[in-house]
Amino acid sequence: MLKIENLQASIDDKSILKGLNLEVKAGEVHAIMGPNGAGKSTLANIIAGKDDYEITEGTIELNGEDISELAPEERAHNGVFLSFQYPVEIPGVSVTNFIKTAINETRKAKGLEDMPAKDMLKMIREKSELLEIDRKFLSRSLNEGFSGGEKKRNEIFQMAMLEPKLAILDETDSGLDIDALRIVANGVNKLKSKDNAVIVITHYQRLLDYIVPDFVHVLHNGKIVKSGDASLAIELEAKGYDWIKQELV
Amino acid sequence: MSKYTEDDLEQELKTQEYKYGFYTDIESETFAKGLNEDVVIAISKKKNEPQWMTDWRLEAYRVWKKMEEPEWANVHYTKPKFQDIAYYSAPKEKPKLNSLDEVDPELLDTFKRLGISLDEQKKLANVAVDIVMDSVSVATTFKKTLGEKGIIFMPISEAIQEHPELVRKYLGTVVPTTDNFYAALNSAVFSDGSFCYIPKGVRCPMELSTYFRINEGGTGQFERTLVVADKGSYVSYLEGCTAPSRDENQLHAAVVELIALDDSEIKYSTVQNWYPGNKEGKGGVYNFVTKRAICETNAKVSWTQVETGSAVTWKYPSCILKGNNSVGEFYSIAVTNNHQQADTGTKMIHLGKNTKSTIISKGISAGKSQNSYRGLVQISSRAENARNFSQCDSLLMGNDCGAHTFPYIEVKNKSAQIEHEATTSKIGEEQLFYCNQRGIDTEKAIALIVNGFSKEVLNKLPMEFAVEAQKLLEISLEGSVG
Repeated sequence: MLKIENLQASIDDKSILKGLNLEVKAGEVHAIMGPNGAGKSTLANIIAGKDDYEITEGTIELNGEDISELAPEERAHNGVFLSFQYPVEIPGVSVTNFIKTAINETRKAKGLEDMPAKDMLKMIREKSELLEIDRKFLSRSLNEGFSGGEKKRNEIFQMAMLEPKLAILDETDSGLDIDALRIVANGVNKLKSKDNAVIVITHYQRLLDYIVPDFVHVLHNGKIVKSGDASLAIELEAKGYDWIKQELV
Repeated sequence: MSKYTEDDLEQELKTQEYKYGFYTDIESETFAKGLNEDVVIAISKKKNEPQWMTDWRLEAYRVWKKMEEPEWANVHYTKPKFQDIAYYSAPKEKPKLNSLDEVDPELLDTFKRLGISLDEQKKLANVAVDIVMDSVSVATTFKKTLGEKGIIFMPISEAIQEHPELVRKYLGTVVPTTDNFYAALNSAVFSDGSFCYIPKGVRCPMELSTYFRINEGGTGQFERTLVVADKGSYVSYLEGCTAPSRDENQLHAAVVELIALDDSEIKYSTVQNWYPGNKEGKGGVYNFVTKRAICETNAKVSWTQVETGSAVTWKYPSCILKGNNSVGEFYSIAVTNNHQQADTGTKMIHLGKNTKSTIISKGISAGKSQNSYRGLVQISSRAENARNFSQCDSLLMGNDCGAHTFPYIEVKNKSAQIEHEATTSKIGEEQLFYCNQRGIDTEKAIALIVNGFSKEVLNKLPMEFAVEAQKLLEISLEGSVG
């Protein structure tokens, strides 16, 4: 699904990723952990195509195609989804209108007609039930006045609607209370299939109790310095990151 | 075959002659450039106007001659040379085309994207149409329906002939000839426009929009509109067109007067899409308009405008809330792109008791444009318990444009309640990236954000027009983010 080789990237001449390798296969869940400033969010943004960053070296392949030159919307059309750490507000645009536009633009890019309103409505109903979202919520302006938990739930709702191949959850757990965390994690688990893949970026083990990863990677100083299975996350939770830093010396 | 009488022959000859005369007139008579009393008299004569009308025009001309062109607006342009304009020129015959294939493809593309029907496209592009075309029969039906209700809706030049008592009673009562430089000029030389009268207690059964759009697509340089809603009546009136207007005339100085008598309501919506000039700011229409309404007891007037065109816009649709309990509303979206300049807003003059006004202004600036809101809320000493709410929001795109707000508030009665809110925001990189990430390209993302920003005003437009206006915003802002 996703294959990143020797990725080096910088922002304003400051090097952030320094030769990162990562392979994610369909049906897998990968967790990326690491201390603050390790480059976790940068990695998420670069995969999604944010143009603040300059890729100086390496490749990003999605299903065998190099996507590093594609515009962010083209990557989205190819099935990349990023659940934002800080979702932005768009006043006056309802959640429903936004997701409708997103779905139809993606369909347009694939040469398909707009989704019939009836189908759209049915899908919205199903997915909002899955994530225990109140229907009234859908008519509110996108993220405007949303609580932290509502914002994150809305991200996962969009993910459910767009059915991406590769979903990257950037600190989706931050700002969530334990109930919201459970609902969001349940949603992600139900959306998981053998055809898609999920990358979970997080600081804490907490979310991984619910979304159990197949692989855990530790990102430090722009590189993946350690990989393991779910037990690595538990070890990190207990010991912190310092022992890994020391191991590297 | 029925008998062909001498009378018939005579009749035919007469009409024939008239027809010929009419055409020769149009072709031969475009007045020489410049403006003086003789020209004003000649315009009036040309239109076969009664003496009172000629005198009215002359008085306006004399006032205008002594006036100075206003300079207080936040716009910069080369002033028109008033003696270099021909003040009476026959309506230019646009070349008749045989099919849509002959129309400029760029124009057609715009029509298509605005969702204008094929028949209307033909009408707007001046393509010869079939006599059985839908809109023709629709227009006829409309005329019949309006007639049955006693509603008068016709060109003002015709109204001066057919309903002189009504025109004479109301013309210039809201915007007097002495009001301002452009209003005075308009009064002296206005070519044509519309007159609308809704009788007592009549609710106009349709938006006058569709009818208007089909039939009065082309407007003159000095347009004059007069709408009178008699006691207890209601009308929703729409002027303008979302379709781009490529007019040869650079200066447009229209006057619109609305008279809302006791317990009546007028909704007046405008979509203005005159030629804004090219990307470098060359050319484009100067749109200097005076629009004002007077509201008697319990009357209500709503102005809704979507302004996307013109190189320079200078326009303040206003309400004089004369009667007790009268209500004035102003909802505006003004978009400026490239080198466009707009100085627009409203005046709410509260004279009566318990008068209420609402102002919602949405300014969107892109490119190198300048967008100003200028509004006056005036509460007179007699206006007990007057209330006003104003909200002025500006949205900026890029770093080279400007948004300005000039609110004036004058209160002479302590019982007044005035609220003013203003916000300025910018379409951010983060917002665009968020949309992009969801598969929405930048162009579409801007449209989405702008529509969200303008929603409160778009909602005030008649339904079918709101959809077109929404698309118009999209098209106006195309290419505004590199």
